Amino acid sequence: MEYVLAVILLTALVTAIVLRPLVLGVGEDDRESVNREELEAAKEAKYREIRDAQLDFEMGKLSKEDHRAIDRELRAEAIEILKQLDVVDGETNPV
Amino acid sequence: MDPRRKRKLRLFVALTAAVLLAGALVYTSFSASTQAKEPSELIAGAEPGRSYELTGKVVNDSVDKDGEQLTFRIRDRDGHESLPVTYSGVVPDPFREGREVIVSGELKQGTFVAERDSLITKCPSKFTKDEQST
Amino acid sequence: MAGLGSACLLVGLLTALYAAGASLYGARSGSRAAVVSGRRAIYCVAGLMVTATIVLQSAFLRSDFSFQLVAEGSSTDTPTFYKFTAMWATQDGSLLLWALLMSLFSSAVLFATRRSLRDIAPYATAVLAGIAAFFLLLMVAWENPFTTLAVAPVEGAGLNPLLRHPAMMIHPPMLYTGYVGFSIPFAFAIGALIVRQTGADWIRATRRFALIAWTFLGAGIMLGALWSYAELGWGGYWAWDPVENASLMPWLIGTAFIHSIMVQEKRGMLRIWNVSLIVTTFVLALLGTFLVRSGILDSIHAFGASTIGTQFLTFIAIVILGSTALIVSRLDDLRSEAKLDSLMSREAFFLVNNLVLVGLCVVIFWGTFFPLISEALSGNEASVGPPWFNRVTTPLALVLVALAAIGPVVPWRRASRSGLVRSFRLPLAVMAVTLVALLAFTNSADSPLALIMFCFVSLVLTVVTQELWRGTRARRTITGDPWPRALGQLIARNRRRYGGYLVHAGIAILFLGVAASSAFQDQKDVRLSPGESFKAGGYDITYVRPTAEVGRDTAGTGAPITFGAVLRARRGDEVKMLHPSRNFYPSQNLEAGPIGRFFEGEATSEVDVRWGLRRDLWTAVRPDIAELEPAIREANAKFTNSSDDIQAIVIAAIVQKYRNNAPPASFRAIDSPLVSWIWIGGAIMILGALIAIWPSPEARMRRVTSIYAARLGKELSQA
Repeated sequence: MEYVLAVILLTALVTAIVLRPLVLGVGEDDRESVNREELEAAKEAKYREIRDAQLDFEMGKLSKEDHRAIDRELRAEAIEILKQLDVVDGETNPV
Repeated sequence: MDPRRKRKLRLFVALTAAVLLAGALVYTSFSASTQAKEPSELIAGAEPGRSYELTGKVVNDSVDKDGEQLTFRIRDRDGHESLPVTYSGVVPDPFREGREVIVSGELKQGTFVAERDSLITKCPSKFTKDEQST
Repeated sequence: MAGLGSACLLVGLLTALYAAGASLYGARSGSRAAVVSGRRAIYCVAGLMVTATIVLQSAFLRSDFSFQLVAEGSSTDTPTFYKFTAMWATQDGSLLLWALLMSLFSSAVLFATRRSLRDIAPYATAVLAGIAAFFLLLMVAWENPFTTLAVAPVEGAGLNPLLRHPAMMIHPPMLYTGYVGFSIPFAFAIGALIVRQTGADWIRATRRFALIAWTFLGAGIMLGALWSYAELGWGGYWAWDPVENASLMPWLIGTAFIHSIMVQEKRGMLRIWNVSLIVTTFVLALLGTFLVRSGILDSIHAFGASTIGTQFLTFIAIVILGSTALIVSRLDDLRSEAKLDSLMSREAFFLVNNLVLVGLCVVIFWGTFFPLISEALSGNEASVGPPWFNRVTTPLALVLVALAAIGPVVPWRRASRSGLVRSFRLPLAVMAVTLVALLAFTNSADSPLALIMFCFVSLVLTVVTQELWRGTRARRTITGDPWPRALGQLIARNRRRYGGYLVHAGIAILFLGVAASSAFQDQKDVRLSPGESFKAGGYDITYVRPTAEVGRDTAGTGAPITFGAVLRARRGDEVKMLHPSRNFYPSQNLEAGPIGRFFEGEATSEVDVRWGLRRDLWTAVRPDIAELEPAIREANAKFTNSSDDIQAIVIAAIVQKYRNNAPPASFRAIDSPLVSWIWIGGAIMILGALIAIWPSPEARMRRVTSIYAARLGKELSQA
């Protein structure tokens, strides 16, 4: 008896929680801020790489020429991400 | 050597090494292994001088400790044939009549003479109803 | 209350199925509401599992023996700590623990990625829901932890005394956290494959979960080894038992994974390798969970034939087949553009490290399943023992430690010769000095393998120290900070790197302990009467007198009777008094008689371990109580119907007999050099992992500064 009651109650509770977005709909924040978050994460990762290469060079693991080449490549990739971020920003905040 | 050939060469070397190591693995494992047998299988036919892992249940009322030496009988998990075992060395904490054990050694003149410290006892089953030692 | 628990399981199963369905529908139809609904369903499952766990735990704490699990695994005299942890000593309870952890972790990752990975997340949700549903199905249909007994017994059976040790009780939750943790990157990998977004996004989102899983799994394995050493009567920490191996294998592949994902993040390479690795890790985690409870392999853990073995194997088969089919169908999306430039690069060394780790896992897998393999191939069930395992894993372990020294030093893409020379000059010199010193001042030459390991360990430690020193020095030239602050800042700002280096140092120290203690330990097994002595290692040990006590349970495990010994160990000037003993727990079996049952139950060794930095002295005793049997039989007959108080007095009197006139007892004493460094090394590994996992608050600060710097760079390049 307790079991059946609990099943009914819990099912009702879960259904309420789960159906809420379907009934009330979800906010339309999203496409831009979603892209933004992913791009931000990619950008962070790229900056970490640039810093890591810098540290490697300062510690003597990378020669000056090697570091310069790698740094140039990484910065170019970072610039690409920044450009994409600019596009997203431009879309959400038209100047 | 152009990069592609270099890569192919590396792959070939790596694969050959892998095959050789795998072969060594298989060979050493088969030559270093001991066969697991139940008492009925050993009674039916055991190579003299060959070491085996005897597995089975400890027969009730068969355990006797005389100083350093432990003697007991092992029977098939699901059968009645049993063998006497003489053992010396560490006796694991869970060792008890009715429990499943594994012990390594040789069959000598009808008695299984166990290697020192080779006795392993399985932890008692906690997932079945039997709490009594039978 | 049991009804509530069962209801939580059923509703949980239905909710998980809904979560999978809603997420898949949302993914295919583009309905965001469906995806959000699916995610909320996972949160609900977590809530239901928490409720169910509370219900079960409160039953244990209240000693409610109408719950079958409580009646079988606990008793009123079980100490509270072990009542709380008894839940996962049982199969049903540990399934609930799996489901609990699974739903909590899934909720955490879905919450963290709720605004990103819009394409991947729904499929990942479906996978996570599917896994949770499997464990819930097992409980609902076959192994319900909330089964009740029609007649509640007055007293429970009590927790197996062997498990009454703190390490043993944290060990299962740690392992399960590890296993469950690895399911998160697995689910996202599957999602990434399905939507063909095989870049590093899924890795970045789940990297922390993989690291947390790795840390907990590693800690769990270490605790198991520690328990084996400090609690069991054999004095070893690793027996290559199938169940030990079952937890080590996913950890090894997990280690390979957390290294190779760095290669994919940095260079976009090894994509096929990475998805294959995480699938393998997850499958091995499932296998590990299954092996402990299946009985297909002879092991001290194997609890006889399990009722859910077939279901587990079916699930594992589905995972393997489904994942493989998916990977094969996405091969084109997985091929990477970049190729290996040079063998002298970090990518190459990571690849070698991966191969060694996978090789170790293959070797251990082969040995673990050898009984099944040999039976299939030759008809005879044969098995391999620790000597074989040690023989084949030692060379791989040596290579692994050497790689741990080289990897941190070699830069990405390609290393310059001058850079390598500059980096390895000092470590190689220190290694040479170490080698000479070891040969001159110790007997290390007796074990060439241990000697090689010691040399490689010195290499790792020197490299790590050098890295810290060089990095600190580099920081100082920029910021002018004093040494301590520069060092602190260096680690704080590069947590992944230096946390990782600390882990390398930890594993080197761990292997130092392993090599020294296995190659140079001295173990003696003797049978002594009081007054007699023996030598073990550098110790002279005398059996001073026997001990026998009732009701004095120093270990806190609820043991009424303890037999033991007092030993005096002397080494040079130091004298230690040792007290190994054996605890006897009453049996529930009334056939042994009212008095006898106190002597016929489980008995555990209470080992006396004297920890030390240079060596451990480990002693265990096995008292011979056979001579008490006539007295016990007599007491059984005379005092069958006596009250508990009188029976207690009788037992105390019998116990006193042992103290007054003890027959020879068996002792094992082990003098192990440097064993404690295994645990110290393990702790350092965990510390390093925590540093690497910890998110850094400076990241935000850096982001701001870096934005301007990059913008400047961009404008400069455009000029």
